[in-house]
Amino acid sequence: MEQLANNPADGATAYNFAYLDEQTKRMIRRALLKAVAIPGYQVPFAGREMPMPYGWGTGGVQVTAAVIGPNDTLKVIDQGADDTTNAVSIRQFFAKTANVATTEKTAEASIIQTRHRIPEKELREDQVLVYQVPIPEPLRFLEPRETETRKMHALEEYGLMHVKLYEDIARHGHIATTYAYPVMVDDRYVMDPSPTPKFDNPKMNNMAALQLFGAGREKRIYALPPYTKVKSLDFEDHPFEVQTWKDECGMCGAHDSYLDEVILDDQGNRMFVCSDTDYCAERQEAGHRGPQHHDQPLGNASREKAAE
Amino acid sequence: MTQMTDPLLRVNNLTMMYGDRVGCKDVSFELRPGEVLGIVGESGSGKSTLLRSISAQQEPTKGTVEYHTRIDGVRDVYQMSEAQRRLLMRTDWAFVHQNPRDGLRMNVSAGANIGERLMAIGDRHYANIRSNADSWLGKVEIASERLDDLPSTFSGGMQQRLQIARNLVTSPRLVFMDEPTGGLDVSVQARLLDLLRGLVHDLNLAVIIVTHDLAVARLLSHRLMVMQQGKVIEHGLTDQVLDDPQHPYTQLLVSSILQN
Repeated sequence: MEQLANNPADGATAYNFAYLDEQTKRMIRRALLKAVAIPGYQVPFAGREMPMPYGWGTGGVQVTAAVIGPNDTLKVIDQGADDTTNAVSIRQFFAKTANVATTEKTAEASIIQTRHRIPEKELREDQVLVYQVPIPEPLRFLEPRETETRKMHALEEYGLMHVKLYEDIARHGHIATTYAYPVMVDDRYVMDPSPTPKFDNPKMNNMAALQLFGAGREKRIYALPPYTKVKSLDFEDHPFEVQTWKDECGMCGAHDSYLDEVILDDQGNRMFVCSDTDYCAERQEAGHRGPQHHDQPLGNASREKAAE
Repeated sequence: MTQMTDPLLRVNNLTMMYGDRVGCKDVSFELRPGEVLGIVGESGSGKSTLLRSISAQQEPTKGTVEYHTRIDGVRDVYQMSEAQRRLLMRTDWAFVHQNPRDGLRMNVSAGANIGERLMAIGDRHYANIRSNADSWLGKVEIASERLDDLPSTFSGGMQQRLQIARNLVTSPRLVFMDEPTGGLDVSVQARLLDLLRGLVHDLNLAVIIVTHDLAVARLLSHRLMVMQQGKVIEHGLTDQVLDDPQHPYTQLLVSSILQN
């Protein structure tokens, strides 16, 4: 562990490597190993207080701190973007406490911590995707008792999950759940992918990268080992569908990515842009252009420019 | 005719102690398919304790509860694995609570309430679940247009009937009822009893009904068990027990209701 301790010259001298002490990291790794061994099962862990409020990704940060090493390259995204407050502060947190390299490029990262989105670019076996999870229990909506939901998981009593989907169709005519859309993992555990849009659910299935989920407030960790079967729940006559958009990305012209709607003025003008900023920037560098692209400087700042 | 002679449920020397206090003591009886057994007695006589112990909700101190399952033959319900027991409870058994709010999910529609048991046993076809729920709504005399309404917008009587529909949708063979008419006014009570009697007859349900209302017992049950201080003091055909009570307590109970 000696070589992992920070060099006094690095700045954050009072902290251990990646903020958490080694005993805590071992405890989290044990929970992670169990979670990987039982895909989709929620493993309780002794979540620590982190120097940021609950809801800002304390679960994801603890998981990242437990798996990160000095040679890793970290990417942090929030709503798909690398440049939002949450993403920037977590990236800086690890740059400071672990002195690791950070990047905005999906392909260059070895660990990607995310809130909401899975990058559009396909992930590889040598990458780890860490999710920040607010509510890990998919059955919570209809069954508030923790003792009961644990029993339901243990006995595979998942009829209740379909009651929620039934209620959606009865009220809206279609399954109106668009995020935190429940999935069946490896034909055994029902899991909440948490706030990710259901657009990303198919990407979880059979993914090459290791996926780790950390819920800080609820103190639960769960995981999907590489190449795990992940199936979104649905009805035979109302099959699972992802969102689609009539528009293309205004900046890069992508049709296949998850689009955010940007209101441009009070005259009803709007545009759609990729929520994955790195994906969008890469496409623009490769020469792809959307209808609202006016050849501003490339990069993340171009989105705000376009909105002006 | 073996079905007529084989009991569906057999309770042997069931005793439930709460420390030194007696919940119910040495209760034994058999119940056959299609038979309705009433359990009457005053408050605190052990009726609800007995019902909970029989319906696998509270393990008794002594004694056994054997049920003739559809697949595995006669099984002691407390020897089953928890998964098997819970499956039995939500398919072949039904439980109608006194307060419909204990038996319903108040935050989902009537249709979802009825459909829950179907989805729990693996039905994954929305239109089928919905039409099934709709037909059950009809059977318990609730208008089809209320299918997507929340139970909280229903009257007490409707909630109780919805609870019954929700329970019967998987065609159970044994139904436990704890004061199903409690808290309802007399006319609604009469209508509910009428409905229950029809369903019990049409579906050939075996029912154990706990009530303190002798009129309910007389109307619904074939046999009657009278309890006092945790013990069964009299047991026989309903008409026999009510018209010719033998035990002094039963005589008191029968004479205390208004005769018309």
